[in-house]
Amino acid sequence: MARYGMVIDTKKCVGCQDCVIACQAENNVPQGFCRDWITTESKGKFPTIEMEIRTERCNHCTDAPCVSCCPTGASHYHDVGGVILVNHDECIGCKACIASCPYDARYVHPEGYVDKCTFCIHRVEKGEDPACVSVCPTYCMHFGDLDDPNSDVSQLLKSRKYHSLIPEAGTKPNIFYLT
Amino acid sequence: MSSLSRRRFLKITGATFGATVAASSLSGVVKGAEKVDEKTGKSVKGIQKIPTFCDICFWKCGAIAYVKDGELWKIEGNPDDPLSNGRLCPRGTGGVGAHYDESRLKAPLMRKGPRGKEEFVEVTWDEAFDFIAKKMKKIKADYGPESMALFSHGIGGAFLKHLMKAYGTPNLTAPSFAQCRGPREVGFDLTYGDVIGSPERTDIENTKCLVLLGSHLGENMHNTQVQEFSHAIEKGATIITVDPRFSVAAGKAKHYLPIKPGTDMALLLAWMNVIVAEKLYNKNFIDKNAFGFEQFEYEIAQYTPEWAYIETTIDPEVIRETAREMARYAPATIIHPGRHTTWYGDDAQRSRAVALLNALMGNWGKKGGLYNPYNLSIPRYPYPKYPKSEKGSADNPNHKYPFAEGEKLSTGLREATITGKPYPIKGWFVYGTNLTQALPNTQETIDAIQKLDLMVVVDVVPSEIAGWADVVLPESVYVERYDELNTPLFKESFVALRQPVVEAPNDQKPNWWMAKKIGEKLGLQKYFPWKNVEEYLDTRLKSAGLSLSELQKKGVIKGPKESIYLGENEEPEFYTPSGKIEFYSHKLKEAGFDPIPKYSKPEEPPAGYFRLLFGRAPIHTFSKTQSNRYLYDLMDENEVWLNADVAKRIGVKNGEYVKLKNQDGVVSNKVKIKATERIRTDCVYMVHGFGQRSKMYRQTFNKGASDAQLITKYKTDPLMGGTGMNVNFVTIDWEA
Repeated sequence: MARYGMVIDTKKCVGCQDCVIACQAENNVPQGFCRDWITTESKGKFPTIEMEIRTERCNHCTDAPCVSCCPTGASHYHDVGGVILVNHDECIGCKACIASCPYDARYVHPEGYVDKCTFCIHRVEKGEDPACVSVCPTYCMHFGDLDDPNSDVSQLLKSRKYHSLIPEAGTKPNIFYLT
Repeated sequence: MSSLSRRRFLKITGATFGATVAASSLSGVVKGAEKVDEKTGKSVKGIQKIPTFCDICFWKCGAIAYVKDGELWKIEGNPDDPLSNGRLCPRGTGGVGAHYDESRLKAPLMRKGPRGKEEFVEVTWDEAFDFIAKKMKKIKADYGPESMALFSHGIGGAFLKHLMKAYGTPNLTAPSFAQCRGPREVGFDLTYGDVIGSPERTDIENTKCLVLLGSHLGENMHNTQVQEFSHAIEKGATIITVDPRFSVAAGKAKHYLPIKPGTDMALLLAWMNVIVAEKLYNKNFIDKNAFGFEQFEYEIAQYTPEWAYIETTIDPEVIRETAREMARYAPATIIHPGRHTTWYGDDAQRSRAVALLNALMGNWGKKGGLYNPYNLSIPRYPYPKYPKSEKGSADNPNHKYPFAEGEKLSTGLREATITGKPYPIKGWFVYGTNLTQALPNTQETIDAIQKLDLMVVVDVVPSEIAGWADVVLPESVYVERYDELNTPLFKESFVALRQPVVEAPNDQKPNWWMAKKIGEKLGLQKYFPWKNVEEYLDTRLKSAGLSLSELQKKGVIKGPKESIYLGENEEPEFYTPSGKIEFYSHKLKEAGFDPIPKYSKPEEPPAGYFRLLFGRAPIHTFSKTQSNRYLYDLMDENEVWLNADVAKRIGVKNGEYVKLKNQDGVVSNKVKIKATERIRTDCVYMVHGFGQRSKMYRQTFNKGASDAQLITKYKTDPLMGGTGMNVNFVTIDWEA
């Protein structure tokens, strides 16, 4: 089975937030909320500074605490690519998943259910990239099957240094950042 | 600029449209392609994809608007468009928000209170046009047609420009020259006899070494440049970033040079000193193409890296190392000419230094250097001749600024309005430019407006400048209207169409319609022979062997490919007096200026003050996007960047609100402190466009601080009249 993931090149990302807006428009995210966001981390004293800019979102973890803690089964692994989705009709808005997520990737939709990144599965199932990937003016984001050794994402991980976010949480995240 | 028009003419005649039309993957309107909204079970009418081009900034990226059940859903890049390559920037992606913006002007407004008090009554279009036409007729009768001026920004202004030319005034201007890229164009024209243009002729995608002086690519989101910047990074290009602030581009750089603000000329001279002293330049290219190189060589010898260190605070060894690195990759090295170049009042000379450093790289017409752009020829509409003005324009009397030739000076027209010299300016038409924020020293802009008999603002939102108008005309936003065709000089030739995707929600109208209606009321019918804009566009396109219906489907049609690089044995041509690249300029010498660029020290900030610097954020364009819900959500106010150590020393905290006071005692709105390691200790920085004081512009009223308000001082470039604006100093206003 495929394992969908993203590989994001922090050397190219400029933090413009195009991915955030593309997601909001594509998925009709209510005003004041977002499913993806930019983090800028800088270290050092002026002028010797190291800076990493990252676009972040749900990591679609292989061992996802949001799935295991969900009392109704609304949070689940989708049968395509292991993508984590929330079934809005089954969600009771208890927020257990929000508390369990190390990435703070979820929010309560004004209509009462919990919402988050879907990897734009509705686009992916038609053979398109997620909206954030296809809009990016720096071409810094890559989406694909991490279990396929020939995919772009697997090849990039073979050829470049990378890290994931909060690996110590042990959730096996599926988003990797090239450095 | 005369040489520009010459060059344009040559290129245009070379690139007439041929039979080869690039195949388009777009099929215009796709109906019923997707199902929508399973949840509500509402009947699905399907999705339409309509190509157009963006107007959230002035880059004009090709886009595809998606309409779902008759309502605008999203806007994506048009893959066939060479400017967007199928990817818009965040502002373009957020363009949907411009259509749905709740702050939009909804109907024509007439002033009923004093100017600037924002007291208006709604009127009909006919009433508004009657008022405007009556005033314009009186101005023409009393003072002559030259006493009307147009300030416009963007391709949307094209029809109003036509109206003003037909009326008989030569006073058409935009802040994009004297407040932005003017010095760069003049500096390059004096050196090469040609300009940089927009989009810039920088082959960033193929460069091996890119030098950015204050250019904050990535924060400045001119789409194609950012895309190419990313490709250059991917291919391992060396990035050298010079900025008092650790910008996003500094984060991508191999070498970051934290220069003292105002000393860029010293660095440029020292780089050239190293390259000449170590004979790292392209000797063959210089021997063939340089004029006055011996004098230059003699003069440049004094500007050693050690000399420059005292001025710039940049380590001499770093200056040497970066100079060698540039030379190593030449001719695939670009010293970026910048875009907003009105900094210190010696900007045309600094741009000349940038031009000369590029010349030492021998990169003119070379891959990875400064390429030769071309465009597609679409003949103009066959209008009758415009009336000729006897008086000439009012922006630059007696050629006070001798090299401000090609474009008119916005601040020159403002001055003429205030002084009444060389003749009175009595009417302003303002299109798509928020002059109280765009021109330095807001008070002068207001003083000028108070002298007017007629002040008309055409805009989509109630911008600050609209509050000063006698008549405000609400324009439909770009996804609701047609505009002029876009055929820029670029790496590929093409024609792009802006066309309506959805209807305007209220009584907003396109500018072509306004221009035609006003023209007819002024008795200028013969200049508006077309029934509507479709007829106008189709006439132009048919004369080039194309048609509107074809372009409506494709959005973009490309012309035949030409090389943008010089062939191996092809010699470049330079339209300068010497026919060569002018390292020494007799033109400058004769006009009383330095024939070879020289350095002058910037004024130091008084104790306790910081130099005020400003720039852009990727999600806003000037002061015109602040109420767009997508863009507002991500940034609804600006911050003032202050060095973290300085913040600690003077006792302000990150996130704290302060007011800034400038050297003339002007106090800003409250603004949040961003205490950061990413800036020098002698300056502060803020994003332009915030702190607007229009009460009608509800969402953005008083949010953040306005750099424009604090820029009471400006230094005018004696060569070309550009207004250097980085010459103001601010401190924390503790009494506020």
